[in-house]
Amino acid sequence: MLEHLRTLWPEFVKALGESGLMIGWSLLITLLVGIPIGILLYVTSQGLIWKQIWIRTLANTIINLIRSIPFIILMVALIPVSVFFVGRSTGAIGAIIPLSVAAIPLLARLVETALRNLDQGVLESSVAAGASTWQIITGVLIPEATYGIIQGITLTLINLIAYSATVGAVGGGGIGDLAIRYGYYRYDNLTLIFTIVFLIVLVQLIQFIGDRIALLFKK
Amino acid sequence: MEKPLLDLREIHLTYTQKNKQVQAVNGVNLSIQAGEIFGIIGYSGAGKSSLLRCMNLLEVPTKGSVHVEGRSLTDLTPKELRQIRTKIGMIFQQFNLIHSKTVAENIIFNLKAAGFPKKDQEKRVAELLDLVGLSDKADRYPNELSGGQKQRIGIARALANNPRILLCDEATSALDPETTQQILDLLKSINQQIGLTIVMVTHEMEVIKSICHRVAVMEQGKIVEENTTYQAFSQPQSSLMQQFVSNLYDDELPKEALKNLKGQTLLTLVFSGEIAEQDFIDTLKESFVVSVSILHGNIEYIQGRPLGHLTIALKGQPEEISAVKNYLVSTLTQVKEVKDYA
Repeated sequence: MLEHLRTLWPEFVKALGESGLMIGWSLLITLLVGIPIGILLYVTSQGLIWKQIWIRTLANTIINLIRSIPFIILMVALIPVSVFFVGRSTGAIGAIIPLSVAAIPLLARLVETALRNLDQGVLESSVAAGASTWQIITGVLIPEATYGIIQGITLTLINLIAYSATVGAVGGGGIGDLAIRYGYYRYDNLTLIFTIVFLIVLVQLIQFIGDRIALLFKK
Repeated sequence: MEKPLLDLREIHLTYTQKNKQVQAVNGVNLSIQAGEIFGIIGYSGAGKSSLLRCMNLLEVPTKGSVHVEGRSLTDLTPKELRQIRTKIGMIFQQFNLIHSKTVAENIIFNLKAAGFPKKDQEKRVAELLDLVGLSDKADRYPNELSGGQKQRIGIARALANNPRILLCDEATSALDPETTQQILDLLKSINQQIGLTIVMVTHEMEVIKSICHRVAVMEQGKIVEENTTYQAFSQPQSSLMQQFVSNLYDDELPKEALKNLKGQTLLTLVFSGEIAEQDFIDTLKESFVVSVSILHGNIEYIQGRPLGHLTIALKGQPEEISAVKNYLVSTLTQVKEVKDYA
């Protein structure tokens, strides 16, 4: 068994690197796009700040649309987009765009929910103070919702890990790919179990760290 | 008359709630003068908070106009509205401080909203904290403070940009009586020191009594009575104001006490101003053949003027009793016969 794991190790390290690459980049893109969209969703529904029914309805519809498409289909549908942006639609690099597109609506929703859970009174007092929309977003909404936003990011990251395993099914590389090629196609149960245990530990660890960081912002 | 600082004209506010139209404010006209403390009292759901929130357009009236220093708020551009809001402070029942910011940062947020120069911020924060007596709390977070302290910070924050008006939305309703009194004293001293105009919404007549110069009572979105606080207490016009005033004076006598008074005439007297300091009881005894027993009474000072409440029992011939009543009615502010006893 040890011998088996030893031969597996280089494959595992390579897969881990691929997973890290696609998850890392797509998480970065998701943060940069998803958080602003989440804030936009909230702000455009708030009569006190910047109520814009059309922008809100449009953003809402697009998000629901993307979220209702199964990830594996979304991946195939986004092949031309991936080719356009990163030059290829396969491998870890090719998975970045579909992963981001799947995760952005999720994070946007979670950020919106975190903002909705804020005390409306705090928002009112800052509007009454004469603060601008930008001052309210940066000075009140984001600091007050940081706890919820970090929990949303944690959940999104865990989802990205799950999605990234699916990428393996279509030759995208990474841990999921390893599990399918060795564990499923070659009936190599040890590899299968090893990758599963690894993923379980990883997800637990991320949730634990995410909760810890979020707590730092709870005042 | 001086031009009012705040002028509401024909304010209507209608919400749609679960497909139902709710008339929160229904045709209110109100003028508030610079330097006064104006109270708005009513039971919950009377529309008083909605009316207050129209004064800085947190609620935009469905109809009517709000004028602050002669400018109509609904006609301003968003930028002008933000500027004028920095001159209208507001404090809330639940304080509404930014939890993730320290006390000093909360105040700085308001200063920034008005574009206050950065280099002077620290000094201004210190001034404000000194004003509310919490200089040592600058680096604390709101959740580390008591309710009364939070409201003091709320006041410091609301006063950051030297507002012309302070709107108080049930500002003491979440506080215990002692803390309430401290906050009211603070507001009163700020009113006297810098002439700040204060509009207070409350359901507590005690609040009105302690600091308001004038008061309006609201019911179903309308102002049913507008009066000076002293007049409202001594001669309330509307039945609602009478109710609020009588809730404050528990001058009902216990059943056992009433039993012993069978056959006597019971009168509740309200007397204002200088009469309170005169000895009209002596006059009664000297000029009429009646026996007078005092059952209940007190004198208090509202806006520095004495107001007395007294319940007496009279025993004597019917014609003497009615002569006494006539005398009292002609001398005192209010004479009520307690009829339904025994």
